[in-house]
Amino acid sequence: MEMKTNGWQPKIVAFFCNWCTYTAADLAGVSRMKYAPNIRIIRLMCSGRLDPQFVMAAFARGADGVLIGGCHPGDCHYVEGNYKTLRRMTLLKRMLADLGIEEDRCRLEWISASEGDKVKWVVNDMTEKLRALGPLDLPGKHKEWDAEMEALEKEVQTQQEGEPSHVH
Amino acid sequence: MKTKTNGEARIGFYVCHCGTNIAGVVNVAAVAEYAGKLPGVVVSRDYKYMCSDPGQELIQTDIKEHNLNRVVVASCSPLLHEHTFRTACEKGGLNPFCFQMVNIREHDSWVHDPGDPATEKAKALVRAAVKRVALHKPLEVKRTRIHPDVLVVGGGIAGIQAALTLANGSQNVYLVEREPTIGGHMAKFDKTFPTLDCAACILTPKMSAVAAHPNIKLWTYSEVVKVDGFVGNYKVQVRRNPRYVNEELCVGCAKCVDACVYKEEKFEDEFNEGLAKRKPVYLPFPQATPPVVVFDPDACIQLKTGKCKKSCLEACDRDAIIFDQKPETKEIEVGTIILATGFRTFDAGRLPQYGYGTLPNVYTSLQIERMVNASGPTDGHIMLKDGSKPKAVGIIHCIGSRDNRTNRWCSRVCCMYSMKLAHLIKQHTGAEVFNFYIDIRAPGKGYEEFYEKLQEEGVHFIRGRVAEVADWPLTKEEEGKLIIRVEDTLAGFVRRIPVDMVVLATGLEPQPDAQEVRRLFNISCSTEGWFLERHPKLAPVSTFTDGIFIAGCCQGPKDIPDTVAQAGAAAGEALSLINAGFIELEPNTSYVVADDCSGCKTCIPLCPYNAISRDEEKKKAVINEAICKGCGVCVAACPSGSIVQNLFTDDEIFSEIEAVLG
Repeated sequence: MEMKTNGWQPKIVAFFCNWCTYTAADLAGVSRMKYAPNIRIIRLMCSGRLDPQFVMAAFARGADGVLIGGCHPGDCHYVEGNYKTLRRMTLLKRMLADLGIEEDRCRLEWISASEGDKVKWVVNDMTEKLRALGPLDLPGKHKEWDAEMEALEKEVQTQQEGEPSHVH
Repeated sequence: MKTKTNGEARIGFYVCHCGTNIAGVVNVAAVAEYAGKLPGVVVSRDYKYMCSDPGQELIQTDIKEHNLNRVVVASCSPLLHEHTFRTACEKGGLNPFCFQMVNIREHDSWVHDPGDPATEKAKALVRAAVKRVALHKPLEVKRTRIHPDVLVVGGGIAGIQAALTLANGSQNVYLVEREPTIGGHMAKFDKTFPTLDCAACILTPKMSAVAAHPNIKLWTYSEVVKVDGFVGNYKVQVRRNPRYVNEELCVGCAKCVDACVYKEEKFEDEFNEGLAKRKPVYLPFPQATPPVVVFDPDACIQLKTGKCKKSCLEACDRDAIIFDQKPETKEIEVGTIILATGFRTFDAGRLPQYGYGTLPNVYTSLQIERMVNASGPTDGHIMLKDGSKPKAVGIIHCIGSRDNRTNRWCSRVCCMYSMKLAHLIKQHTGAEVFNFYIDIRAPGKGYEEFYEKLQEEGVHFIRGRVAEVADWPLTKEEEGKLIIRVEDTLAGFVRRIPVDMVVLATGLEPQPDAQEVRRLFNISCSTEGWFLERHPKLAPVSTFTDGIFIAGCCQGPKDIPDTVAQAGAAAGEALSLINAGFIELEPNTSYVVADDCSGCKTCIPLCPYNAISRDEEKKKAVINEAICKGCGVCVAACPSGSIVQNLFTDDEIFSEIEAVLG
């Protein structure tokens, strides 16, 4: 694996359901499959527990990608939680697009408990795609935007104080 | 027991070396040092094996000495040892849910190379757990009662063994079988390897015992159509298909079969693998259990057209025939379920180069089993289509096994049953027998010895995957013969071996409806389609669904001894639950914070278990925690954030997100 280009490494936050994808990740481990160390897995009981805010929070805190893993359609341990995830993802993806977050940065995958090799493939593939996209750096952008807002506010303030402002 | 939990978090952190499994990749000392500086951490240690007794005692002592109220262990998967460490916490006087586990083995050291990235990942995961555990609240374990009755699905040797073990232990068992009789594949065999016991002699007493057992309710010609509920409390619907016979009255005298208007046997006999014919009304085989005839609705004139003179009705002196019998649905309640739904054999027609279905005298192994069986279609005589005895027989191994074009797995039983058939063919006909094999797999008690015995008997073993069974002779000796073309990889040249009969050692495959069955019971399949066990070594008959166990070939190819052992194990697992009388459930259910609920009803239709209702007086949602399974779907959907899932609260998950990102 190529490491460290300018020190930047994509950061992936993953939400895996307990019954299928988390277990598949365990299987990948037991089978000693090597994959990119860029992923941080958070366990949920069901992908249906995924609140879209978790995805937003991950991006806001500096994730370059978010991976959601659930059971295959029809296989959900809780009957149909993964369908609800799919529904939420459809809406969330539109919102992310409007925010200018590239599609490849948020990914939903169905990975069953026996598909350790799929965990490996998906993590590696996503890491490569994120590497090609480069950093998202929402926290950095937030700082920039905050600075812009602050500057604007200052400008408005000075105008209200009655002093003519300079034209940029 | 006194449980310490509240107030300022005092966290004990432990990182496990797991020998070199973790320590060989992750710098555990660095992780421990790092964790020691995290807010709230009072003790931070690394230890060789945390799951060992001294490792667990370490936690218990620290809880007391350092007045810990939270514990984090970074080691293997929580699916493996969460229970171990929760128990250790409890023994130390801490509520077991004030604990969090970090998976740095399966999710880190086993999938990454040694070095900084793996250690950094471990630190990030530890950071998240430490931050999250501070928010944990003490929880009470819920218990659910286990209904003592058991459902066994499948009446082959696995289902029979499991049902008898349970019934002998005084449990009520429902045994449901799709076919008109129990016995499964084993009932078709003549002898069993390597002891050459007669299959019927060892199986039929068990079949009779099932039918006669006061604790077993046997439903053949029946299928499970619906499963509701959860461990301890399953509600199951079983459809009893009409066999057009009153089972209570029929004694299997078969007078109706003799009296049938069809004087000839015209319809394919499934039990004899198509080597014989049967009538529209038939008893599958002499020892069929229950000994009750069955009418084939696709063959019986009365059932097809309603216009038959019904001579069978007159012949039956017990008035057992009911032509207007309808399917009947039975509803039962059981606490545990054992699936023993078996396998099917590979369809040899999928490999046309071996001539099955196109060349005469090419048979599957199961057909030869029937042929060599004294109660089979040829009365135990191995014969060619023209009735003569074969002088040379070729047995081709690995048909639909160990083959990238069909099935990659080894079917485990074919080498042994091929050798058994070789022995029987030689014994019955005196023919020269050639085995064509890739590798001989004889790993069992007495198996290798059986292989040696066969070699001493003069059975030929040729190592090579057969290219083709041909019918084009090159020499006079080959005329009228089946020619097996094979590269003899030990001799190092290509051979043509003329034989009179070819036996294809077909492999084992999952049942064609394995996927539907596993969905019905909410369990998983491996990629090949075998039912997936909870752990390949330590929970081989358990599934990811509590209270549902698997046994026999539905879990993967295996021989009779292994199948019987698994069936016993599955029965033991069920008995263990029944004996305990209850099971402890993970308290990860959800509840509504009434003050925050706006009564919008968004959550109500989302719950797959109908656990949420609306209190019309207060105009608030209410979750019945006894029904809730803890998926958290409603929590994620609640617009006012008023639903909380224990162990997976929003705060806990947000804290993890924040912490893994540094």
